[in-house]
Amino acid sequence: MENMNVYAVKLLPKGEFIAPGHRACQGCAEVLAVRLVGKALGRNTVVASATGCMEIISSPLPTTSWRVPWIHVAFENAAAVASGMEAGLKVLMRKGRIPKKKINVLAMGGDGGTADIGLQALSGALERGHNFLYVCYDNEAYMNTGIQRSSSTPFGAATTTSPAGKVKPGQVTWKKNMPEIAVAHNIPYVATACPSYPFDLMKKVKKAADADGPAYVHIFSVCPTGWRLPGDLSVRAGRLAVESCIFPLYEVENGKYKLTYEVPKIRPVEDYLKIQGRFRHLTPDLIEKIQKRVTDNYNKLLAKIRFSEEMS
Amino acid sequence: MPKREGMEVSIAASEAIRLANVDAIAAYPITPQTHIVEHLSEFVANGELDAEFIPVESEHSAMSVCMGTSAAGARTFTCTSSQGLALMSEIVFIAPPMQLPIVMILANRSLSGPLSIWNDHTDVMMVRDCGWIQAFGENGQEIFDLTLAAFRIAEDRRVLLPFMVNMDGFILSHVIEPIEMMDQETVDKFLPVYKPKYRMDPDNPVTMGAFAMPDLYTETKKAQDEKLKASLPVIEEVWKEFGDLTGRYYHPIETYKAEGAKTLFVTMGSFGETASTAVDMLREKGEDVGLCQIRLWRPFPYEAFWKAVEGVDTLIIVDRATSYGGPGGPVASEIRSALYTLDPKPRVVDFIAGLAGRDVAPVNYEDMYTRAKARIASGDIAGYEIYGVKE
Repeated sequence: MENMNVYAVKLLPKGEFIAPGHRACQGCAEVLAVRLVGKALGRNTVVASATGCMEIISSPLPTTSWRVPWIHVAFENAAAVASGMEAGLKVLMRKGRIPKKKINVLAMGGDGGTADIGLQALSGALERGHNFLYVCYDNEAYMNTGIQRSSSTPFGAATTTSPAGKVKPGQVTWKKNMPEIAVAHNIPYVATACPSYPFDLMKKVKKAADADGPAYVHIFSVCPTGWRLPGDLSVRAGRLAVESCIFPLYEVENGKYKLTYEVPKIRPVEDYLKIQGRFRHLTPDLIEKIQKRVTDNYNKLLAKIRFSEEMS
Repeated sequence: MPKREGMEVSIAASEAIRLANVDAIAAYPITPQTHIVEHLSEFVANGELDAEFIPVESEHSAMSVCMGTSAAGARTFTCTSSQGLALMSEIVFIAPPMQLPIVMILANRSLSGPLSIWNDHTDVMMVRDCGWIQAFGENGQEIFDLTLAAFRIAEDRRVLLPFMVNMDGFILSHVIEPIEMMDQETVDKFLPVYKPKYRMDPDNPVTMGAFAMPDLYTETKKAQDEKLKASLPVIEEVWKEFGDLTGRYYHPIETYKAEGAKTLFVTMGSFGETASTAVDMLREKGEDVGLCQIRLWRPFPYEAFWKAVEGVDTLIIVDRATSYGGPGGPVASEIRSALYTLDPKPRVVDFIAGLAGRDVAPVNYEDMYTRAKARIASGDIAGYEIYGVKE
């Protein structure tokens, strides 16, 4: 598990907690992330899922893909439901009604269910200090309802509600920085991850589950359907996002920032943008604008990391 | 005979929750429900109740957290009011199909706008069709008793449905009444530890809250409807057992001086206390009038209601909510529908009164009685009258 640069299938835990046969699109990196999260957490896990792709692909009555206890209530409340499960399990263990053991409580939602409609419930649960892990699978739009823009959609991306038109270049706002919002809650563990780096992802999920208090992991989840790219490129697209520093892999442990993957040679953002249909309308000046923003954001992150190093 | 103590009804309600030994409470403060959550958090802070008190950031999260605690297998309580119920209503509808026996006290209050913190039944009528068992208490003792019995009914394996106890805001929540308490031993015998049928247990994984395609949705809804209807005999059975234990018997439909009466007032909640005083006054004046109170609103107790109105000529419904531009107040609409297949059937005169805490005194019932007679004489009893509007 330690050597993240080596992808060795045999090192992965064998358990599968989301069964094959679900209804995800071909090349869905989000369900790949769910699978890895499940492997990292193991069977002593309970899951609260927000409404969205991962809910709809895994639970059509009378079937289920879930081999761990799983609950879905609504779109915006996965964090609240999970915090309730955590509190419920805690009190029942305290009162001796169920055996005392470590049970991971996982809440999961997409970027809409996390950064938009579920932000309040998430903030409340993080602030209250429940011992749970929230995983945001960020595919940068409301994919389940048909690729509508969210606050997590990047600048310039065409979606069905931020179409690229004659006067607008797709999404005109910059992506909301959800991991920073989580950090602002002073919780013990926040991380970014991407299933293109499976060991890094699983290591972070394990760390998050072992944190003493709330933890937040933001997973970059390539969506071939919504991003207009061939399904066999989703793992590659995740790598390009990381290698171009659009989505740096880092963690914030007790307030200390650390890069978990140093990109050997930073690629231009264009390498990442050009393989996706949602960016195909971008002109060179807009690509340059995005490049500048990405560089600025990355430098800000590096400054935080340097600051953390100096403080320790 | 157990001692009767003078206490605020909200405190009595909190005592019921403490005696029920709940495991989890999630709530957000809203007037006039606040005294209950304040008191419960004191119990938890002082170690008088071993429960998780989860002070959430909204009512939406209150009900969501309750779904989580209940799914984990914990006995769960929440309480809210008005706008709070409106905000949580999305989740309120999801609890019954997921068979989570959450108990909620609803401190009934009007809905904005204009903003008002005072009592009426607009909030509960908004979620009439949410699938919860819904009962109304008339006074503090009833709120205490109904709340304790609610857990027993909700958690019964034949039921497994959430239970809403309606308590008129301020009129009940903030008044001091003599309440007969129960001791812990008696309560424990009546209400044993909750043993969930399904819970979030990694050793026995279950999926809760799967979605249904059109080929199955109707079947799930039919099952839910059957389940709620089937709770009626269990409710009656538990209330009977509670009566045998305490001497306080409850029925889905309650009557007062209704025997042989030609006219009945029909009320829900705290209206009943005043209406019974008005019935006494009218009886003294020789009027042939009685009272019918609907205690159980869902599942609606048709048989008991039909029996109560047998031989009655006129029902004067006193509604506490409006259905704008509709056929009448929600209770009157329900009653008219319930009477439709009866022959002969009593006529229905509908008044909407007591909105947002406006007092409805015994003299107002007398007045409504006179006005009803006049409306019957004029031959126009269709629709409804919003009572006591200042001209």
